[in-house]
Amino acid sequence: MIRFPGSCDEVDAQLACQRVGEAVILWHGDRDLQGVDAVVVPGGFSYGDYLRAGAIARFAPVMESVAEFANDGGIVLGICNGFQVLCEAGLLPGALLPNDHLRFIFRQVALDVVRTDSPFTRACATEPPTRQLSIPVKHMSGRYYAPDDELRRLERSGQVLLRYAPGHNPNGSLRDIAGVCNEQRNVFGLMPHPEHAVDPLTGSVDGLYLFESIRTEIDDRARLAA
Amino acid sequence: MSITDERHRALGLTDDEYALIVSLLDRSPGDTELAMLSLMWSEHCAYKHSKKLLRRLPTDGPAVLMGPGENAGVVDVGGGLGVAFKVESHNHPSAVEPFQGAATGVGGILRDIFAVGARPIAVLDSLRFGEPERSRRSRYLLERAVAGIGHYGNSIGVPTVGGEIYFEDPYEHNCLINAMCLGLAPHERLIRAAAAGPGNVLVLLGALTGRDGIGGASVLASAELGDGESDEAKRPSVQIGDPFAEKKLLECSLELLDAELLVSLQDLGAAGLTSSASEMAAKGGVGLDIDCDRVPLREPGLEPFEIMVSESQERMLCVVAPERVDDVIAVCDRWETRATAIGEVTDSERMRILAAGEVVADLPVSILVDDCPLYDLEPAPPDAGAPPLYAAPSALLTGVEPAGDTLLALLSSSNIVSRRPVFEQYDPVVQSRTVRRPEQADAAVLALPTGAAIAVAIDGNGRRVACDPRAGAIEVVFECAANLACVGAQPLGLTNCLNFGNPEKPHVAWQLTEAVDGLAHACDSLGIPVIGGNVSLYNEGPSGPIYPTPVIGMVGALPDPARAAGLGFTRAGDAIALVGAFAPGYAGSELAKLRGAPVSGPLPPLDEAAAAQTHELVRSLVRSGAARSAHDIAEGGIAVALAECCAPHRLGAWVTLPAGLDPFAEALGRAFIVSGAPEAMAGLNVIGTVGGDSLSLDGIAELAVSEIVTARERRPEQPLLG
Repeated sequence: MIRFPGSCDEVDAQLACQRVGEAVILWHGDRDLQGVDAVVVPGGFSYGDYLRAGAIARFAPVMESVAEFANDGGIVLGICNGFQVLCEAGLLPGALLPNDHLRFIFRQVALDVVRTDSPFTRACATEPPTRQLSIPVKHMSGRYYAPDDELRRLERSGQVLLRYAPGHNPNGSLRDIAGVCNEQRNVFGLMPHPEHAVDPLTGSVDGLYLFESIRTEIDDRARLAA
Repeated sequence: MSITDERHRALGLTDDEYALIVSLLDRSPGDTELAMLSLMWSEHCAYKHSKKLLRRLPTDGPAVLMGPGENAGVVDVGGGLGVAFKVESHNHPSAVEPFQGAATGVGGILRDIFAVGARPIAVLDSLRFGEPERSRRSRYLLERAVAGIGHYGNSIGVPTVGGEIYFEDPYEHNCLINAMCLGLAPHERLIRAAAAGPGNVLVLLGALTGRDGIGGASVLASAELGDGESDEAKRPSVQIGDPFAEKKLLECSLELLDAELLVSLQDLGAAGLTSSASEMAAKGGVGLDIDCDRVPLREPGLEPFEIMVSESQERMLCVVAPERVDDVIAVCDRWETRATAIGEVTDSERMRILAAGEVVADLPVSILVDDCPLYDLEPAPPDAGAPPLYAAPSALLTGVEPAGDTLLALLSSSNIVSRRPVFEQYDPVVQSRTVRRPEQADAAVLALPTGAAIAVAIDGNGRRVACDPRAGAIEVVFECAANLACVGAQPLGLTNCLNFGNPEKPHVAWQLTEAVDGLAHACDSLGIPVIGGNVSLYNEGPSGPIYPTPVIGMVGALPDPARAAGLGFTRAGDAIALVGAFAPGYAGSELAKLRGAPVSGPLPPLDEAAAAQTHELVRSLVRSGAARSAHDIAEGGIAVALAECCAPHRLGAWVTLPAGLDPFAEALGRAFIVSGAPEAMAGLNVIGTVGGDSLSLDGIAELAVSEIVTARERRPEQPLLG
């Protein structure tokens, strides 16, 4: 879990990860990733987001290590502001623009799982093949944008993992895209907050599917390596 | 710019007050001294028209850890944890510049909470504007104030878990922005604001000091607002908020307290350094020397008086033992937060301000903090034959509509329609504690690490207080407690914000006196202590005072958050019970407003002992799990309450109202709609059954649930809430 000054949801994400494994918080100024199996870039307003969401955080020393980790195939999950940071850092395609209605939005939305053949969504595989997840969004700049040809390429290569269910697009995202991964499928960013959907007391538990997917992937990789 | 003696009036001091200062000092005050005194003697800082009245409020209770007089009060919630909370107004700055006014209102109340060592865990807001249908200005104020609250709360990572909004003509020229914050702290981290230990160092934390907010306390907070043009000239007096700086300041302050590096901590609010330093000195019985040359400035050339009264945001003041100053600065460096030693504690009991090696102010702490004259109010009820204080609202209904149409009109009226478009602009879930979000239940519920939970609600109804200030104020306290009962919570304490007009006017003084009397009485009869609060007077516009608007924020405890009832019906076949004696009236109701009735009493009498017993019954029904939903009957009467119970889960109901009960008449804080399994509701006054896809009020009206939802959710003529 990376903590930037201005991160808000890093403790929430840590609590969520601790439901499926161990989790530590890494300081933005440190380069040492402490040998973690996966990195979560959490939500919030890193450095205040005064320039543009995620635009400053991508230059944090820790992000150099995260980029190396990702290029080596390490699992990286970016949530909300973390998604924005990963796009700014060029680790994910596209950009997150201000919401079409120009207001902050909090809403519990339904998400269609488009692909379950990824380290992040594999636990969503079920009959019938698409599972719907109820997870909240909360952001000011969550409108997914990429040029047309890029969008077509993303769709063709199966990089769109999550889509807002019909009628649930809260921000004007193109093609209802809620979450995309890189071509290598080891870096994933999404605007909804799965860490706020892990406890029946405080909401739904559908976010756990994503954390359980990552846990299973890490276990599989460890088995293969051994 | 220098301040001459003739300028005391421009600074808001009366001739008599100035004469008193001269006689106490036995000399004329210097420029810097006069600027400091004018602020400390302003209504906002000295409570000179309300302090005597506030002594009537009960402040002791078994759960109270810290009461009024600190940055925030604190109640014990068990498990070695305390909950700090306070509500504060930022009305006048918001009327001038709503986005920054509301944002810095949130920022200010957050600092009050972490100043006592508590981590802010929730924000609530109470807002008042003019009628949105008729007033573009009110729509603008609402839009920008909501954006400002969201900007600050969302970015700093504190959830906004509840609030309330009312729209009435008397707020057209004087909107109200009250913000409440709750914080959580282990007992051992709680800290008071008293400076102590001569020789200790005074350290200023956080932002640079600039010219923003200069004179805010006297020019803005303690005078009536005028027409739009002169308000714009006051814009430089409104502070600018920086939630990112405050987030760092918050984390830094809590880390300093956890490491036990501070003797005391205080936030800088109204009147800036002057107020926070002199209050710290007064509480500790010490003096302070402050060197203006050491205060880090945002722009060159600030006069000493400007440095002393600047209201630049995101600053805190702490007292540190000399040997720990380096450790404090190291922690602050890590959080990229500025920390500067600007003075020291002395045993002189005087505030000495230095600049360029000269003493520019040398005042006894007592003259700043204690010697401002307190005024007796001269209350007089309005004459029986005099014209009404408030114009009757314009009529939207004739009174001959069928009951179903009346219900739909109430559900879509500005004060009752769903607040979802507003709440959707706030993050209610960050920090992973929120068990009941806005509009899920009558109170927000936050889980504690102990496994138990706290509940919080904020309430106020100015129109009903205008009808009868004493009875209306009592109702507000009971309604807030009723909201807590609906989630199974026992009240621990409350905070209040008293928003009134000019107290020098006899009828406003009467409203204030009666309302405080009612609050004190209600607190006594429910056994709820007042642990802190705020007074905002001079809320007037060209057409007169606002409705008298006491706002109550109440915190309670419940053992099992999983059993906190929602407000909506949950299961077809459940029995619906009316719990509590309910003999409502028409005066002051929403229906009376829609029909253009004059704003006048009387409100229905309240049997306080019976109402307290009803609260206890509802609390036990919820805690035992017998009640699957609970909702208090408030604005719009029992018909609106039932419709609100149908909407969340799209479940209808068949109901037969008790004979003679007016479906739209109101009495607040004493009666509830509760649903549960038929056997669990046995023995209660069962009035109907959950089920179907419409709300059927036998012999009165039948509305499809879809019509109810549409009426609550969307109003084409109200674009801001739509």
